[in-house]
Amino acid sequence: MQAKDMNRVLYINLAKKAITIKQREDLFAEYLGGTGVAIKLLEEECPRGIDPLSADNPIIFAVGPLTALYPSASKTVAMFKSPLTGNLGESHCGGRSAMAIKFAGYGAIVIQGSSDIPVYLAIHGDDVHFRDASSIWGVEAYTVGRILREVEKGSGVRTIIRIGRAGEKLVRYACAVCETYRHFGRLGLGAVMGSKKLKGLVISADKSLEIPEAKRKEYKKVFDELQDVVVKTDAMEKYHDLGTSGKIFDLNKIGGMAYKNLASGRAPTEIARELSGENFAEKLLSRRVACSQCPVGCIHLASLREMYEPGYYFKTTTIVYDNEPIWATGFMLGVDRAEDCLRLIDTVDRVGMDVMSTGVILAWATEAYENGLITKEHTDGLELNWGDVGVYLEAIHKIVEMPNEFYQNLAQGVEHASSVYGGQDYALAFGGNEMPEYHTGIACYLNNLTGARHSHLDSAGYDLDQKLMGKEYSIEEVVEKLLKEEEWRQILSSLVVCFFARKVYTPEVIPKALDAIGIEGWTSEKLEELGREIHRAKMNFKFREGFDLDKLRIPKRIFEVPTPQGLLKEEELREAIALYKEKIGRRY
Amino acid sequence: MVKKVAALDDNKCIGCMECMFACSRRVGRGGFDKSAIYVRSAGGIERGFVIVVCRACENPPCAKVCPTDALREREGGGVILDEDNCIGCGNCAQACIMGAIFWDDEKNKPIVCKYCGNCADYCVHDVIDLVEVKAGA
Repeated sequence: MQAKDMNRVLYINLAKKAITIKQREDLFAEYLGGTGVAIKLLEEECPRGIDPLSADNPIIFAVGPLTALYPSASKTVAMFKSPLTGNLGESHCGGRSAMAIKFAGYGAIVIQGSSDIPVYLAIHGDDVHFRDASSIWGVEAYTVGRILREVEKGSGVRTIIRIGRAGEKLVRYACAVCETYRHFGRLGLGAVMGSKKLKGLVISADKSLEIPEAKRKEYKKVFDELQDVVVKTDAMEKYHDLGTSGKIFDLNKIGGMAYKNLASGRAPTEIARELSGENFAEKLLSRRVACSQCPVGCIHLASLREMYEPGYYFKTTTIVYDNEPIWATGFMLGVDRAEDCLRLIDTVDRVGMDVMSTGVILAWATEAYENGLITKEHTDGLELNWGDVGVYLEAIHKIVEMPNEFYQNLAQGVEHASSVYGGQDYALAFGGNEMPEYHTGIACYLNNLTGARHSHLDSAGYDLDQKLMGKEYSIEEVVEKLLKEEEWRQILSSLVVCFFARKVYTPEVIPKALDAIGIEGWTSEKLEELGREIHRAKMNFKFREGFDLDKLRIPKRIFEVPTPQGLLKEEELREAIALYKEKIGRRY
Repeated sequence: MVKKVAALDDNKCIGCMECMFACSRRVGRGGFDKSAIYVRSAGGIERGFVIVVCRACENPPCAKVCPTDALREREGGGVILDEDNCIGCGNCAQACIMGAIFWDDEKNKPIVCKYCGNCADYCVHDVIDLVEVKAGA
């Protein structure tokens, strides 16, 4: 294929079982790809005020100009209206997804409408099939992957994106599982797929991009330069050796890690040691794997050997672990054995829920149970106690199966559940999305509150907090730095490169990388300007859908537990939000 | 001695596909559809990866079934493809039980490893390398 073919958008209508393919050079020339193009498509496709679980909600998958052409350009951006927050939904995933979409011949895929029966999509290059998924409806995410792997072609050069039971049952924080061990984790893409009766997508690649003859030498040169940096920066060591969980012990040591629903910013040292990346690697790590075109290989798979029945009946399960899932199932729930974290992660993955949200919700429920706000009648007989893995495993299944009103409410997120039963002071959601682990200072919470996705990866506030430790700084400085970071990350996620390679893809090198594949005319300044524009477009979508920086709920708990920089003050955080609002301005 | 690409330790393979991309980059392509090396999971990523590449057989079955002598035995092991003589019958690909002869759908001709080692240059985890072909090995 030629460079222009990277601008093709595949529109799939699930109601009509029909497709169209359009050249959208207008979008890709101006907004690169990924997040930039996805927000524009969302503006086009998502009517104002719709129910996120109605047929009107579109799902957009977008890749970018650098996808699969340069090292660590390995991510796909999904955009939709989130059923969890009722606002902008954006989630990123690696695996084989980006490579497969790109070399199937698309810059983006837009899924419209709802199917009358369960379907999965088989997209083999230009061949798009709507296949009956009735026989795999109700099947867990892991097994669906195995079945589709056997029945569809494209082994090795395809992605298999699917939902588990949680997505089908419309759990608002259901995820989409990709290549078994990667996820469009946050904000409920799985529920949107479930509402469309879309069980999965198999996308296989059959094309390649012809690099213009005159650019070939330059392409190889720029590729080699970038490869060198990826391989030699600390990213490689940091993410390949122990993976994202490598920072767990130190984060706990400084007291920046929410423990037991943020009763404290630190777990006892022996627990932190047990749940550390070092311990997981030494005891349980079985294999490290990578997303396509990424030499780093940050994905860490553990092997868990368990006797499940007397008489030497053993099973060995492979379970993926990362920093956040260990936190959500371990620290947050007072679980103190690495193996028990794996059991919880495995079950959450099989039903197909966001593990971070699940951990936060169960932590809130445990505390609310302790306080008597909820009782055994609510919990359908379960006694929720910190660290009780067996009960948590049952609770996860009940969230999915929803045997009573309480679990129906839990399935809508902690913001909602706490609005029904109380305990909002310790319901740890920001902008409607359950929090990540960080309790590092003002920047991480400002990030949670103002980030367009309410994700710690929006502006990496946790990182800024740690950089500012022990230094003098003003609130204005924090706001400016976070905003600048979030704006720049729009470029990374429009190209689309993995945030772990953010130090590699500098404003100076990106124009060269684009030029070498025949996309000319970009400069550092132009990129920075576009980053700002994309960020504002996302915020304007949020404002259009009712997001209000003046009305953000901030759980009191975060002001009651010291961070590594002391106690946070609500006035200061509110002041920072007001400053942020002033800086971005608004159209709506 | 002639060389070939060999998988030294497939347990170290992380499935990044950099070798495949490198092979296609050689002919000015971004992607892997011109690649003579191929990596896929061994039936689910948890089982690790299978690396498929020409092992430069002695007495190669693929060359034996070529009706036009487009695919000839290379001295010391392996094969050399003369594309001009190839009629695209596909016998060679069928004869290779390793599945190491790939197909170029645009040209309707086989893709055969040239033993250049470009793929190995990009394998940062020391999974594959260019090694000498040893008789009887």
